[in-house]
Amino acid sequence: MSAPEKIEDHGLLRFLTCGSVDDGKSTLIGRLLFDTKTILADTLSAIERTSQKRGMEAVDLSLLTDGLQAEREQGITIDVAYRYFSTGTRKYIIADAPGHEQYTRNMVTAASTANLAIILVDARKGVLTQTRRHSYLAHLVNIPHLLVAVNKMDLVNYDQAVFEKIKADYLAFAAQLGIEDVRFIPLSALNGDMVVDRGEALSWYKGPTLLEILEAAPGAHSEQAEAFRFPVQFVCRPQDSANPELHDYRGFMGRVESGELAVGEAVTVLPSGRETKVKDIQIGGQSIPAAVSEQSVTLLLEDEIDISRGDMIVRSAAQPQVVKQIDTTVCWLAETPLDRARTYLIRHTTREVKAKVASIDYRVDVNTLEQQATDKLQMNDIARVSFKLAQPLFIDPYSQNRATGAFIVIDESTNNTIGAGMIG
Amino acid sequence: MTTLTKQTLSHLDWLEAEAIHIMREVAGQCANPVLLFSGGKDSICMLRIAEKAFRPGRFPFPLMHIDTGHNYQEVVEFRDKRAAELGERLIVRSVEDSMKRGTVVLKHEGESRNKHQSVTLLEAIEEFGFDCCIGGARRDEEKARAKERIMSFRDEFGQWDPKNQRPELWNLYNARAHKGENIRAFPISNWTEMDVWQYIEREGLELPSIYFAHTRPVVMRQGAIVPVNVPLVSGELTNLPKAGEEIIDLQVRFRTVGDISCTAPVESDADTVEKIVLETATTTITERGATRLDDQTSEASMEQRKKEGYF
Repeated sequence: MSAPEKIEDHGLLRFLTCGSVDDGKSTLIGRLLFDTKTILADTLSAIERTSQKRGMEAVDLSLLTDGLQAEREQGITIDVAYRYFSTGTRKYIIADAPGHEQYTRNMVTAASTANLAIILVDARKGVLTQTRRHSYLAHLVNIPHLLVAVNKMDLVNYDQAVFEKIKADYLAFAAQLGIEDVRFIPLSALNGDMVVDRGEALSWYKGPTLLEILEAAPGAHSEQAEAFRFPVQFVCRPQDSANPELHDYRGFMGRVESGELAVGEAVTVLPSGRETKVKDIQIGGQSIPAAVSEQSVTLLLEDEIDISRGDMIVRSAAQPQVVKQIDTTVCWLAETPLDRARTYLIRHTTREVKAKVASIDYRVDVNTLEQQATDKLQMNDIARVSFKLAQPLFIDPYSQNRATGAFIVIDESTNNTIGAGMIG
Repeated sequence: MTTLTKQTLSHLDWLEAEAIHIMREVAGQCANPVLLFSGGKDSICMLRIAEKAFRPGRFPFPLMHIDTGHNYQEVVEFRDKRAAELGERLIVRSVEDSMKRGTVVLKHEGESRNKHQSVTLLEAIEEFGFDCCIGGARRDEEKARAKERIMSFRDEFGQWDPKNQRPELWNLYNARAHKGENIRAFPISNWTEMDVWQYIEREGLELPSIYFAHTRPVVMRQGAIVPVNVPLVSGELTNLPKAGEEIIDLQVRFRTVGDISCTAPVESDADTVEKIVLETATTTITERGATRLDDQTSEASMEQRKKEGYF
């Protein structure tokens, strides 16, 4: 169906921008959208009018990311916003999270789906407490690629020494955190230097532009071999009397969270432990020979096994751990503090189990990274927590597999999502 | 098959897989969901996604359209034809019935019925006891939507409180709701207008004819192209020109389709999906900026409508 001259498709990259208002984060996003021609004339004329109304000479690109009325009234960002742009070869989803300390939960939320994080540093201010906080959180949520963007180079005369100093400072503490893959780029979002275009002012910098780095960043699931994990979402039993062929059809529907699978391979179903082989893999009733990571498919199995939502199909040769207690790092998301006496619900993949807190080892001060003893958790706290589970979960350490290492905590009385956790 | 062929999905395959996953989460978590289908391009994509998610089974939800009574004939006919082809149940609830019941009162006869769909939608949710409505809204459409969750929580009055939404992490969606409360699920949240057109092209999806360039009588009103003398399904004409307005025949197409009173076409000679994809790539006006007369009323009008129960 597609046009013959179609350019190569490099898929999709989800990234996160962290920084506060002062770092020029909104201006950077505005610049990316503007220079990739994502901003259309009517939006531009609207922000031109607003810029003039506010008495500014140049168009304020940060207005492009202005959010809700409630936020505009208060002049702050209170929630994660998602933005989109495309370069023709790749589609990008930006998760734009506010940077203040009290918004740790928003940053963790935005980071959870990102494969790359841009950490903004103001060239005049260098590495600050918030830089450490953002880096710690990005690392905690295991974002594979970090990019430190030293912004506002125009305000330090594009001085290479300033950039090198910030780079050295950052690397010193990144090593303490165990951050390995980090890159640095000097830029001026305001003037557009090294964002999409190289500009003239940073000629001493020989590396790629910000957009070139984004274009070349590996997509999720393309770097290391991962075990096949298929949480069952829904079971399809058509039982269409008009079509006898469908009489015995049992399709197990879900998304390949990691790994690959081909027809004929040996799989094990958890929790029953029953083994069988893959008879067919389908999308919309059409057969395909193999399924890859992140693909939503339907599996048909050789043997008739009782399988329902919440079960997991895995390759027999590489199985996850089956556990009834988990040691985790939790970010508390709710205004109501964690109550050790209560029973909560944990959702992990497509499985829900009741859980109680077994112990709280310590909370982490996200600014000093200091570990503090505590027996309660407040909103935005990050802590080491162990849970006892009423039924087993099928898990991998979060550092090896985001999909089978992550969970959310739900309060059954309000149905709210009150915690986010990472196993291991 | 132990060799690892590291394969990355194309962006359309990724978006499709995500949308299928979200629809299946609704089916797995909710007892009585419904898919909102208007006959418009976004909801046409949603039906293809539902086919890929659930065939050879039937959809685990009916389709529903909230009809303002001011919808383009071509779109209404397409809606009925498509539902019949799929063999899925289509529920239609009408704003005019709400007007008869007295639950919708127009300020004046010509007032746009678009925002009043919320009342009829909430009445239908109550009538059928739906716990989740699956909709085709996208985050790129409008800035109040940029912060919308994929599973958006609405209270007993159908209200969206932007300050009281559930954090959404990884792909762990929480669609739990107490009786009377409601979830709005948006499987194509992460799609842009361009993605929608590329998907329509790739999948070879059929669309109502008014999405393609055609000639129709219009007037120019406050810089917008306003279609006039539009025949309703009943044959009656709506959007009559005002006194003194000059009617011209213009070649236009619709980028977005909704209530006749608030959707305007754009001038275009794109009469195939391929040409529309090209035009979308080079356009200088946003989808809603060009074509939605209702969003221009105030900077925050979408946010306001959503708070009142709109999806």
